[in-house]
Amino acid sequence: MATISRREGEFDSLRALLAKANERKTGDELAGIAADSDAERVAAKKALSRVTLRELRENPVVPYQEDEVTRVIQDAVREPIYERIKEWSVAELREFLVDSSTTDREIRAIREGLTSEMIAAVAKLMSNMDLALVSSRMTITARCNTTIGEPGTLSFRLQPNDPADDVENVLDSTREGLSYGTGDAVIGINPVVDSAENTAAILEATHGFIEEWAVPTQNCCLSHVTTQMEAIREGAPADMVFQSLAGTEAGNEEFGIDVSLLDEADELARRRCSSSGPNVWYFETGQGAELSGDAHEGVDQLTLESRCYGLAKRYDPFLLNTVVGFIGPEYLYDGRQVIRAGLEDVFMGKLHGIPMGIDACYTNHMEADQNDIETLAITLAAAGSNYFITVPMGDDVMLNYQSNSYHDAATLRELFGREPIEPFGEWLREMGITENGRLTERAGDPTVFA
Amino acid sequence: MSDKRAKDRLDGPRDPDLLERITDRNPSRLGVGRAGSRPRTDTLLEFRADHGIARDAVLTNVDEGFIEETGLVKIGTLIEDTEEYLARPDRGREISAETAEYLREHCEEGPEVQLVVADGLSSSAVEANVPDLLPILLDGLADRDLRVGTPVFVEYGRVDVMDAIGEELDADCCVILIGERPGLASAESLSAYLVYGPERGGPTAKKSVISNIHQGGLPPVEAGAQLVDLIAEMCERERSGIDLREDDREFVTD
Repeated sequence: MATISRREGEFDSLRALLAKANERKTGDELAGIAADSDAERVAAKKALSRVTLRELRENPVVPYQEDEVTRVIQDAVREPIYERIKEWSVAELREFLVDSSTTDREIRAIREGLTSEMIAAVAKLMSNMDLALVSSRMTITARCNTTIGEPGTLSFRLQPNDPADDVENVLDSTREGLSYGTGDAVIGINPVVDSAENTAAILEATHGFIEEWAVPTQNCCLSHVTTQMEAIREGAPADMVFQSLAGTEAGNEEFGIDVSLLDEADELARRRCSSSGPNVWYFETGQGAELSGDAHEGVDQLTLESRCYGLAKRYDPFLLNTVVGFIGPEYLYDGRQVIRAGLEDVFMGKLHGIPMGIDACYTNHMEADQNDIETLAITLAAAGSNYFITVPMGDDVMLNYQSNSYHDAATLRELFGREPIEPFGEWLREMGITENGRLTERAGDPTVFA
Repeated sequence: MSDKRAKDRLDGPRDPDLLERITDRNPSRLGVGRAGSRPRTDTLLEFRADHGIARDAVLTNVDEGFIEETGLVKIGTLIEDTEEYLARPDRGREISAETAEYLREHCEEGPEVQLVVADGLSSSAVEANVPDLLPILLDGLADRDLRVGTPVFVEYGRVDVMDAIGEELDADCCVILIGERPGLASAESLSAYLVYGPERGGPTAKKSVISNIHQGGLPPVEAGAQLVDLIAEMCERERSGIDLREDDREFVTD
């Protein structure tokens, strides 16, 4: 971009500048676009701090004509708001966001004038505490059967995966999770076999359990969106539909989706989902997904992650979480990089207006352990993440990775004095699982639901 | 792993018989009980122990003596240490010009089947399964009158290094036995990838795979027999991966 090269000499495009301004990530190094040194990284941040929001709008990282994700993001901009803020520098945007007198309402007032590139750019200038501070200031709610994201609440996805998709095992793990008070965000299962029949079986089983025990929550089976559509057309009770997203058209092609397919699924979900609320989508994302499919278009993984949220926004999701440590050390090497990425993702998602959660997780080939993701969970609970993922003792025996445990749900609520979603909390009290916000004698026992 | 010991940690379950049935059949860590909102100490340490085993499998290399005893010709990729191996998959797929030269000097050129062993993400997987698996492969392939080249061990190798090795040695078919990313349940799981007509940058869809090879999954002896059948079919029909499967569908409809 001409303006940047005139001003800074060494950065020959805004796309290159954005990449070099990132905190260190192995994925950007693997893509060959990272800063060569810490000095160059900070020089890039300085140059980026002076770039205006207008320059970012006029230079999307993938051209408008070539990429439908760019078109979705650009076409959604509310022009009068953009006109009001377009001469702000990225530094000014950061200082507006961190200012103690800036309220959630004032952030909402500029939100619709921002593009995903602007949001990525400001994240690159922010420290970890900056990100936590601003994230915690934003309240984003959404309603499926229940309403997530209300102030004072902290929610959890119960993830009772089984390596054989055995529905009895799925339900037993669900019983255990509920007995720790997790599951108010969703009872969501990643199936091994991606078929409509299997998806329907999992949906029927979880829906039946939810009805039988009158659990105020929602179910989801995380197969491919086309598989869920087939199951829903055949009458399977899905409270919402799920899909993984990428930040480029080419990346979404790798996932076997495009905007017109998502639009079609959206229409179907609104007509046929078994839930009562207006928000009927669940999305997952994660830095590095585009590069792993060789669909990154020379763009850094943080900016691409932000563009996922720009796309997700079109569908007003109930849940969106980054699966931050799942992809592996070639994208996020260690606990430090995962914690940074988790903070960036939740901040960027919330600034898009998305009810963000996080799967605070790691694989066994990463330089990380359970302590790192407990630290990440504590940090992001402070930063106002709407929800976290929980699996039995943190060990997902189907996906072969580790996340937060059912126990962690109770601990995080205890630590921050937070409550489950209101009707779910009431249900836990009625079931005798919690009393005065703490687990009772009955808690932690799956056989109380027999 | 959750086992019989686990359910003793949940004090006074409402239905002890049911709890036993649940923990017996469920592979997840259920019925572990709690200390306040935290796990019991034994449960916590058991989890950390399993993670420690998985980490060791990733971070330790296959023993030199093992490679010699197994009679493998050892080479490396462009990778220098574990840290680089984990961060740069691209460099774990390629060998240097000197290594290519070394391969041609020490291995038979133009074999019908080239076997490669790689540590991948689990050295334990190699040490646990290859001693049973390799002899069955060698004997089985000899029985099918297939000319097998000199087996190679590659340190810090990714799956696609098989393409570089197969191409340099001009093999018809290349098979790599490689350690999988360890889970907490097993750090000893091995995968076999197979390709007919190996070439650098060839499409992933051309590769066939048999995974989950370990004593608790597909036992190495059984995996060996399956692999011999698959390799023989690949050599006979001169194709692999999705081409082999699509062909099957045509065959069925005929």
